[in-house]
Amino acid sequence: MEPAGSQRSFALPSQIEDVPGAEGWRSMYPYFTRFQPGDDKRFWFYNSMHFPEPMPAFDTVTAEIPYSAIGANTARVFVFPTTLGIEHRIVNGRVYITAIPVTDPAEVERRAGLFSERAGFYYQHWDELYEGWKTRIRGLIDEIEAITVPALDDVEDMAVVTESRGVAQNHYLRENFHKCIDLYSKMWHHHTEFLMLGYGAYVVFFEFCKKAFPEISEQTVARMVAGIDVVMYRPDDELKRLARLAVSSGLADEFPEGCDPDAVLTALAGRGEAGSAWLAEFDAIRLPWFHVSTGDGFYHHHLSWNDNLAVPFAALTRYVRQVQAGESLARPTAALVAERDRIAAEYRALLPSDAEREAFDQMLGLCRLVFPYVEDHKFYCEHWFTTRFFQQIRAFGELLAARGVLAEADDVFQLHHTEIDQALADVMLAWAAGSEPLGAAHLRPVIAERKRMLEVLRGWSPPPALGPVPEALNDPAVQMLWGITQQTIDSWYSQSTSGDDSEVRGYAASGGIAEGTARVLHDVNEIGQIRDGEILVCPVTAPSWGPVFGKIKAAVSDIGGTMSHAAIVAREYGMPAVVGTGAATKRIRTGQRVRVDGDRGVVTVLDD
Amino acid sequence: MTAELACPLTAIPAPARPVAGGKAAALGELAAAGLPVPPGYVVTTAAFRRALAEIDPDETIPAAIERLSGDDPGALDAAAAQARHRILAAPVPDAVADAVTSCYLALGSPPVAVRSSATGEDSAAASFAGLADTYLWVQGTEAVTEHVRRCWASLYSAESVSYRRHQRLPEAGLAMAVVVQEMLEPRCSGVMFTRSPVTGDPSVIVVEASWGLGSALVSGDVTPDEFVVSKVTGQIVRRAVASKLRQHQRDPAGSGVLVAGVPPQRRDQPCLTDDEILALARLGRRVSDHYGCPQDIEWAAVDAGDGRAARLAVLQSRPETVWSRRQPAPAGQPRARPVDHVLDWLRGSR
Repeated sequence: MEPAGSQRSFALPSQIEDVPGAEGWRSMYPYFTRFQPGDDKRFWFYNSMHFPEPMPAFDTVTAEIPYSAIGANTARVFVFPTTLGIEHRIVNGRVYITAIPVTDPAEVERRAGLFSERAGFYYQHWDELYEGWKTRIRGLIDEIEAITVPALDDVEDMAVVTESRGVAQNHYLRENFHKCIDLYSKMWHHHTEFLMLGYGAYVVFFEFCKKAFPEISEQTVARMVAGIDVVMYRPDDELKRLARLAVSSGLADEFPEGCDPDAVLTALAGRGEAGSAWLAEFDAIRLPWFHVSTGDGFYHHHLSWNDNLAVPFAALTRYVRQVQAGESLARPTAALVAERDRIAAEYRALLPSDAEREAFDQMLGLCRLVFPYVEDHKFYCEHWFTTRFFQQIRAFGELLAARGVLAEADDVFQLHHTEIDQALADVMLAWAAGSEPLGAAHLRPVIAERKRMLEVLRGWSPPPALGPVPEALNDPAVQMLWGITQQTIDSWYSQSTSGDDSEVRGYAASGGIAEGTARVLHDVNEIGQIRDGEILVCPVTAPSWGPVFGKIKAAVSDIGGTMSHAAIVAREYGMPAVVGTGAATKRIRTGQRVRVDGDRGVVTVLDD
Repeated sequence: MTAELACPLTAIPAPARPVAGGKAAALGELAAAGLPVPPGYVVTTAAFRRALAEIDPDETIPAAIERLSGDDPGALDAAAAQARHRILAAPVPDAVADAVTSCYLALGSPPVAVRSSATGEDSAAASFAGLADTYLWVQGTEAVTEHVRRCWASLYSAESVSYRRHQRLPEAGLAMAVVVQEMLEPRCSGVMFTRSPVTGDPSVIVVEASWGLGSALVSGDVTPDEFVVSKVTGQIVRRAVASKLRQHQRDPAGSGVLVAGVPPQRRDQPCLTDDEILALARLGRRVSDHYGCPQDIEWAAVDAGDGRAARLAVLQSRPETVWSRRQPAPAGQPRARPVDHVLDWLRGSR
């Protein structure tokens, strides 16, 4: 401990040195993402919840656009009284963020009046507005799915002449690309339109419960709020249905462990009526339920189940075996609903006064009002829409590769969207002129260097926070979205100054104790490395790592709160989970024996 | 007639307190509610009165004490000693001895604990008696009868008499019941609170446990294990296993309690399994549901052998008083509009 009054500080942004071998990282990102000298005076934290890996240049759009949208909604639309928006900076490929508070009491009062009126309107008309929201989001999905990449044929179609369209297809190259970015931006505006209001209702109920029942675990509060029949469970439920159908149709033998999805699909086509019926069902389910991302949509390589059938098939083969073994895969939804209602009723009954029971009813009612949005928006936004968005960008990459600008389609993600703009202009000009695009010579070395740098940056361990330790961090946005409180920061700080490596602390997200061998996965693509009975240690637990949860004994993550879907999934699987540890992936190594105490939120390294 | 002098804890006639004293009445209530109280019986206040009528037919004992002011401790001590001597020297009336013996035989003649159970409304007076007079591992009909008499005599312990004089409580009509209860040799014992003693949280049960007899924990001789169980979810939400260096156990050489060291390999082991913790918590809930208010409960767990879960027993239950008396600020108030709750939080969080 240090003397009172001295300013505790994490490393300052200006003190972070370039990772050797990747000194050129700044060339990947726009100027407005760089730390400025004045930034040393502010507290920043590493957003490993959304950005656990170094950012490819294009993928920074998943920071730029969401922060542009969320700030607009909190600061300008709903006028949250005590907080504006979120600023982000990139250093060594990692995204750090900070929230901008409103501290002037008069300004807080002014904003509170506006907030009351505006947020009040949304809460009052929530169901009706949410119905409209779903229609608009489905409209955006339709629009992004309808976008085409011009083929740039040798000669324009005759219709361009007969309909006197007057605009040639090279124009649409840029227009349609811009449409992708613009639709993504609109999606995020709608995403964050309800987000903070939804989480606000949750946080308020959490705080109330903590005050009335100081020993209540956050996961128990979450259980009172949770909806049972939520859209996010559908993809997994549909897989279970396919597994049952495979068994009841006598097709189970086509799903051996480790099977190749394409081979299975081909084989099923040769299995007569039963096979065809199964395939028809499979095709019907894929759209939209297989648009679920294997990550959470913040990186281009977070492929969807449709993009990589190996992921759902890993779960499918397991489910087939379970059905064969006579297990019921059905979630006992009626029992879960009854249990949720029993828990809420019992806590309510324990409250000491009628006034508190009425307040409890109001807050729980508000949570259940906002719940469908909070749970379901992820499927529509992060999964379905975002999967389609990245597929469209990849399609532009395919065109650029076909035109010789890129060596391969996925290289498009090594370019910032404004750089892609330039590459498309190059192709548009070349097609019009009848010449060759000049991009290959210019971009290919740049892309090769960026890929090399990203690999180097992957090895860097970003500190969980930068800048002075704030005296009181109670930013509602930060608490709502990242679950970060003063306590989290203190725990990061003590970990950064203590030498004890045997214990990592976080939130107790799902109860129970498990011991096992750690498997540290830095990214969703490493998912195949996990073995039965291992303990998953990862930067962030995402719900759509679904198949993994059938194999592991416990889950540990660097960031995440008890409201994270992972925590809910862990509870559903009845396995211990500790989330929001800040540094588990850095302090634990694959192969170490660890104990995960999901009751206390402690992970202990038992040996080396 | 015999039942009037001594009766099983499960069969105390109402109103229980004047007949059986506070402690036995409370145990009788728990037993009658179907809670696992160690089997036993009460030697009633009628038995005491019957004996005292023979020892002191002219009521000279109360008269002698009431004459004293309480400012002369020497004289008071002497009067108390004189009263005790008269009770201890006199034979127990045959009818009472028969009643005590027949209940004891009905219990199966096990080693028993013999304790006084005072009728006084004043709990401090009762606790003096209770503290002074608990006899453990008493076995055999004669020994039991003898210790019943000692409990009677404890009504005239120096502390009790002195207390009554200071409080100007009447001496005439005093009576003392005695509880005779089967001794347990618990693997571990402790207390549980059906409301957190630390935070006042009414939704949890806090179990404290240490090896051997509960006196180790109550006397502060050992830091107990602590387990917090949610009443609502039935999950163990927190656990702190302490290093338990000492335990209280039966003194094989006598009838007392021995303080022994805990073997090193057991010290840091939790003294209850998860199943036992949960069973205890369920028991705690039954007790607090029975009384309709939070309780502080003394319990014991006796090994059932063959690796089966321990047999649990409730030794005593008292209403929780600390948090029940407080008036904490309400956790929240109803508001006109849902958004007001959010706005309250946003303002308060800064």
